[in-house]
Amino acid sequence: MAGVILKDMDKTYPNGFKAVHGHNLEIIDGEFMVFVGPSGCAKSTTLRMIAGLEEITGGECLIGDKVVNEVAPKDRNIAMVFQNYALYPHMTVYDNMAFGLKLAKYPKEKIDKRVKEAAIILGITDLLDRKPKEMSGGQRQRVALGRAIVRKPEVFLFDEPLSNLDAKLRVHMRVELTKLHQQLKTTMIYVTHDQVEAMTMGDRICVMELGVIKQVDNPIKLYNEPKNKFVASFIGSPSMNLLEGKLTEEDGKTYVTTSDLKLRIPEEKAKKVRDYIGKDIWFGIRPEHIETDETAKDKEDNYVTVEISVVEQMGSEIFTYFTAGTDQQTARLEPAAKVEAGKKARFWFDTTRCHIFDKETEENVSL
Amino acid sequence: MKRKEAGIKFYIFLGAFIIVALFPFYWQFVTSIKPADEIFGSGFAMWPKQLYLKAYKMVFVLRPFANYLWNSLMVSSLTTIYAVIVGSMAAYAIARLHFKGKAIIMGLILAVSMFPQIAIISPIYLFMKTMGLRNTWLGLIIPYTTITMPLAIWNLTTFFKKIPTSLEEAAKIDGATPFQAFTKVIMPLAAPGAFTTAIIVFIAAWNEYLFALTINTAEKSKTVPVGISMFQGRYTVPWGEIAAATVIVTVPLVIMILIFQKRIVSGLTDGAVKG
Repeated sequence: MAGVILKDMDKTYPNGFKAVHGHNLEIIDGEFMVFVGPSGCAKSTTLRMIAGLEEITGGECLIGDKVVNEVAPKDRNIAMVFQNYALYPHMTVYDNMAFGLKLAKYPKEKIDKRVKEAAIILGITDLLDRKPKEMSGGQRQRVALGRAIVRKPEVFLFDEPLSNLDAKLRVHMRVELTKLHQQLKTTMIYVTHDQVEAMTMGDRICVMELGVIKQVDNPIKLYNEPKNKFVASFIGSPSMNLLEGKLTEEDGKTYVTTSDLKLRIPEEKAKKVRDYIGKDIWFGIRPEHIETDETAKDKEDNYVTVEISVVEQMGSEIFTYFTAGTDQQTARLEPAAKVEAGKKARFWFDTTRCHIFDKETEENVSL
Repeated sequence: MKRKEAGIKFYIFLGAFIIVALFPFYWQFVTSIKPADEIFGSGFAMWPKQLYLKAYKMVFVLRPFANYLWNSLMVSSLTTIYAVIVGSMAAYAIARLHFKGKAIIMGLILAVSMFPQIAIISPIYLFMKTMGLRNTWLGLIIPYTTITMPLAIWNLTTFFKKIPTSLEEAAKIDGATPFQAFTKVIMPLAAPGAFTTAIIVFIAAWNEYLFALTINTAEKSKTVPVGISMFQGRYTVPWGEIAAATVIVTVPLVIMILIFQKRIVSGLTDGAVKG
């Protein structure tokens, strides 16, 4: 078992394009680390650099305590599961799983034992004689996992392994993978563009944008204390409402003023953003921190009347869309909330939970 | 949508096409089992009045036809093996590596096969003569591989491009060397392409006439097409024997295609990636 450390790791392509900008990251031994970000954020590239499939052009990558920059993938003691499974189509499931061990010249009995053990863990014992084309997507995904497990690697690398599965199976496999991690307790690095996968699976999540690490934290911290506007908007579904505005002070009270909202910032938060009074900022508030005036009765202030454009009844909650400022905003309401599209409603904004971001740097200044 | 059933006209045209395509072969076969007087005799007989198999015997007894066959078989087989092995390695590199001027190189490779044979026969003849390769198998294998290689490379490159790179990456992580990844993962998947290429190369080499006629003139090293053309005497054309020989040389090709036909199915990569 081993952790992974990235020190100022860079990737510059021969055409001069810099894909990875000095990643510094320590992945602890046994941790489930998720790389998440929109496409083009270099999360896969970073993973492939750890795997040895992409050259590291600057800095270092350590697996355990060994610098692996120049080490071939096969000698890094890793296993990788690919987005498209990459099973060998001409081999049976058994041979697919045994391939790596055969190349490493393991004795036959040992290979057999390992393959069968892995097959039991994944529940694919009765598929061992099949060829990949005779199996469903979920089964193939299990075989791809099996191929990784039999090698007993120090680090598992997953490159969007569930994105080709249908929604239901994806949720199922997500749970299976989490269970597998609990069972094996091996370091796992998991790449996904799906923030729900990231939130549900990761011990810690590394959010990337355009080749830069924006924040590394555990899921709940990432959700509640996003360090910048990008993380704030990327994590959470529906995503955080963000409004352009200005911080103002009247009678010793701090307000955020947007084109059509004026909300008071509670004293505790206001203290942290004192330097920004009079400046342009981004005001962020999560949809669940907006309530109707029925659930939020007798509050001092921060009520706003808005016109509702769309109501999405989810059963367990209601997503309500309204326009404030230039963009459409979302409120996540109780299922019993009385809201109707086209009608006006009075909402209460819980500004104790709001975030203020610097307009220029987009850093969260209200933490 | 319901698939449209083929109508009667389809079968009429299909039948006509098959007759047109196969009639020459049939006529050759019928000629080979007709006695000489029937061949030259009047009338258009679709079937001989009496079965006459002596032409087949004559081909082997009167002439060194077995020797021609042996030469053809060896030259064509070796050409095929060489072209497929070297061609697949080259094609694999072209399909996978990023390098400048790939399109130019592919164009140049193709250009090699565009020269009319008659234009390059003199230099090749002189080369073979100087190298002492006339009347040897190698003397034909070299030009044959030169001509067939472009086709092999182009054909195989398309096959390799269809194989997802993640398979090689998976093999790499599983501990395979690049050569092992090529032989154990990529080649088995490119097999349909390799078989198709092998058949085309083999047929081209088997039927080649001009180089064989020019370079291998000694009786012991002649190939079948040249051998058959020499059946003709000064005053006689032994049509029966020529027909018999033609039928014989077609047999290996038919057998080869029947053997490999099942392997020339694409879709061998089914199930490799995605679902």
